[in-house]
Amino acid sequence: MPSARPDQIRQPPLRDGIILIVVLAVIFLVAPKVYGNQSLLLVMMTFVALAQGLNLLYGFTGYLPFGYVGFFGAGAYGMSILVLHAHVPAIPAVIGGGIVAVIFGVILGPLLRLSGAYFSIANLATAQILLLAVANPSLTPLTGGPYGLKLQQVFAPGAAYLTMLVIMLLATVIAVYFRRSRFGLGLRAMTDDRVSAEMAGINIVRARLIVWLISAAIAGLAGGAYAWSISVYYPDAVFGTNISVFAIVFALAGGVGTVIGPIVGAILLYALYNAIGITVPQYFELLYGFLIVILVLFLPEGGLSLLRRRGVDVL
Amino acid sequence: MSSEALLELAGVVKRFHGLAVVQDLAFNLKPGEILGLVGPNGSGKTTAINLISGVYPIDAGEIHLGGRRIDQLAAFRRVHLGINRSFQVPKPFRGMTVAENILVAAEYGGGQPDQEQILEEVGLTAERHRVASSLTVNHQKMLDLARALATEPKILLVDEIGAGLNPAELNVVADLLLRLANRNIALIVVEHLLKFLNRITDRVLVLSAGRRLFEGTLAEASADPEVVAAFLGG
Ligand SMILES: Nc1ncnc2c1ncn2[C@@H]1O[C@H](COP(=O)(O)OP(=O)(O)O)[C@@H](O)[C@H]1O
Ligand SMILES: [Mg+2]
Repeated sequence: MPSARPDQIRQPPLRDGIILIVVLAVIFLVAPKVYGNQSLLLVMMTFVALAQGLNLLYGFTGYLPFGYVGFFGAGAYGMSILVLHAHVPAIPAVIGGGIVAVIFGVILGPLLRLSGAYFSIANLATAQILLLAVANPSLTPLTGGPYGLKLQQVFAPGAAYLTMLVIMLLATVIAVYFRRSRFGLGLRAMTDDRVSAEMAGINIVRARLIVWLISAAIAGLAGGAYAWSISVYYPDAVFGTNISVFAIVFALAGGVGTVIGPIVGAILLYALYNAIGITVPQYFELLYGFLIVILVLFLPEGGLSLLRRRGVDVL
Repeated sequence: MSSEALLELAGVVKRFHGLAVVQDLAFNLKPGEILGLVGPNGSGKTTAINLISGVYPIDAGEIHLGGRRIDQLAAFRRVHLGINRSFQVPKPFRGMTVAENILVAAEYGGGQPDQEQILEEVGLTAERHRVASSLTVNHQKMLDLARALATEPKILLVDEIGAGLNPAELNVVADLLLRLANRNIALIVVEHLLKFLNRITDRVLVLSAGRRLFEGTLAEASADPEVVAAFLGG
C-alpha cells in the first residue's frame, strides 16, 4: 500500500451505506405486516435486486446488458432443476441457481470484448437463445419445455420472501463496496479512460470479468428465489425481455453508478406500474419506451445525476 | 547485446492496414540514460512509445526489459515491471481530481510512491483537489507524468511534453526530467524542440517514415544532410 496517502479520495461515508442497508431491511421486513400483498412486495424486491445487479455492471463498467434477464432465467431454472431432479432443499438450490448463472456468465465472458451496442445486442441474443433452449419441447423431461415447471413441494412464501430480502441486501452491500473500495476506484478509472487505467496498472480484463460475474450472480440468485416464490411458471415468466427492460428503466431512472439510484428507481416506478400499469399495460410499455429514450438522451446517469451536478455526492 | 541494457528493442515492426509505420526498430537504453526520439510528424515516434508500453502489439521483433521478453505482455503487466509513459495528447482520468488520478496509479501500479512528493515534483500541489478536466493542457501533461511516476517506473516514455510550453516552463520540465534520470530512471523523450532536448541529452535517435535514419549525438544529427533533408521534407 502507498506509504503516503493524503486525504484525497472523494467517496460517500460508510455510515451512509450502513444506514441505507438498515432502512431497506426494515422497510421490507415491516411492509408485509402493514400492506397485505406480500407477493407484490417480493416482486418489488426482485426488481430492486435486478436493477442494482444491472447497475453494478452498467453503472460501474459501462456495459449495458439488454439480455440481463438471461441470468435471471438461468438462476430460476437452475434452482428449480436442482429441487426437482436432485432434491436439493430450496435455499441451497437458490444458491445453486446463482452458481448456474455465474457459469453462464463465464461462458458468455467473451462478449465483454465487444463494445457498446454490439455487446448489448449480442447479450440480448444469448438470453433469447437460452429461452428457446429451455422452452424446447424435446427438453420437457428436464425443463418442462414450453409448459414450464412446478415447484409446489418446496412452496414456502415466507422463506422465499426473506431469501429475496437477503439477495436484495447483498446486491446493495456490493454496490456500497463498489462505491467505496480500492476495487471501485479502479472501476471508476477504467470507465473514465481505458488506456490510462492500464497505464495505472489495472488489469482491466480481470476487473470487468469479476463485475460481470458478480452481476450475473445477483440476477441468478434473484431468479432462483423468484422461481421459489411463484413456484409455478412458464419460460416467459423468467426469461421475458420485459424483465430486462424494467431493470434497465428502473436503474437508469434512479441513477446508475450510485447505490441509491436503482433502489429508488425500482421502488417508485414499480409502485407506479402497479398503481396504473396493470390495468393499461399497453400504455405502460409505450411510456417505458419513451422513458428509455428520454433518459438516455437527457439524463444518461439517471435522476440522481441532477443532485450530483449540484455537487451533492449521493451514495 | 549489451548486458547492462535495461530496455532492448530488436527488429521491431508495426503495420497499420498493411502499411509499416515502424520498421526494424532497434536500440538499447541503460538505467538513467536519456534518449531523444526525433523525426518529422508521422515518422512513428508515438507508435514506438505505444509499442514499448504495450498499447499496441508489435507485428515482428522483440522487446526485452532487464533481459526479460515483454512484447507479449499486457500493458498493465509492463507497468508493473517498470514501464510507463505520458501521452502526446494528455489522457488523465478526466472525471477524477488530480490527487485521485495519482492515487489510482499508486494503488494499482505495484509501487509504494510518496504521493505528496510526486504532486510537489510536477508542480500540482495547489491543484490537488481540482477535477482533471478543468486543468490546462500543460497541467494535464504534468498529471500524466505524475500518474506514471506513481507507478515507480524504471523507464519513462515522454511524448512531446514540451509542445506549448514557454521557455521558463520548458526549463522547469527539463530540470525535472534530469532529476528523474539522476534517480536512475531511463527516459525516452520524444521532442520537436531540439534546444530543449539539447539541455537534457546528447543521444538522439532520428526516425523517418518508421525507420532509423540516424543515431548519435544531437550535434552530429544536425550536421547530417540526410537528417536535415528528412526534417525539411517532413
Ligand atoms: N492507430 C492507428 N491506426 C492507423 N494508423 C496509425 C495509428 N497510429 C498511428 N498511425 C499512423 O502511423 C504513422 C506514425 O504515426 P505516429 O507514430 O503518431 O507519428 P509521430 O508520433 O512520429 O508523429 C502515421 O502515418 C499515422 O497516421
Ligand atoms: Mg506523435
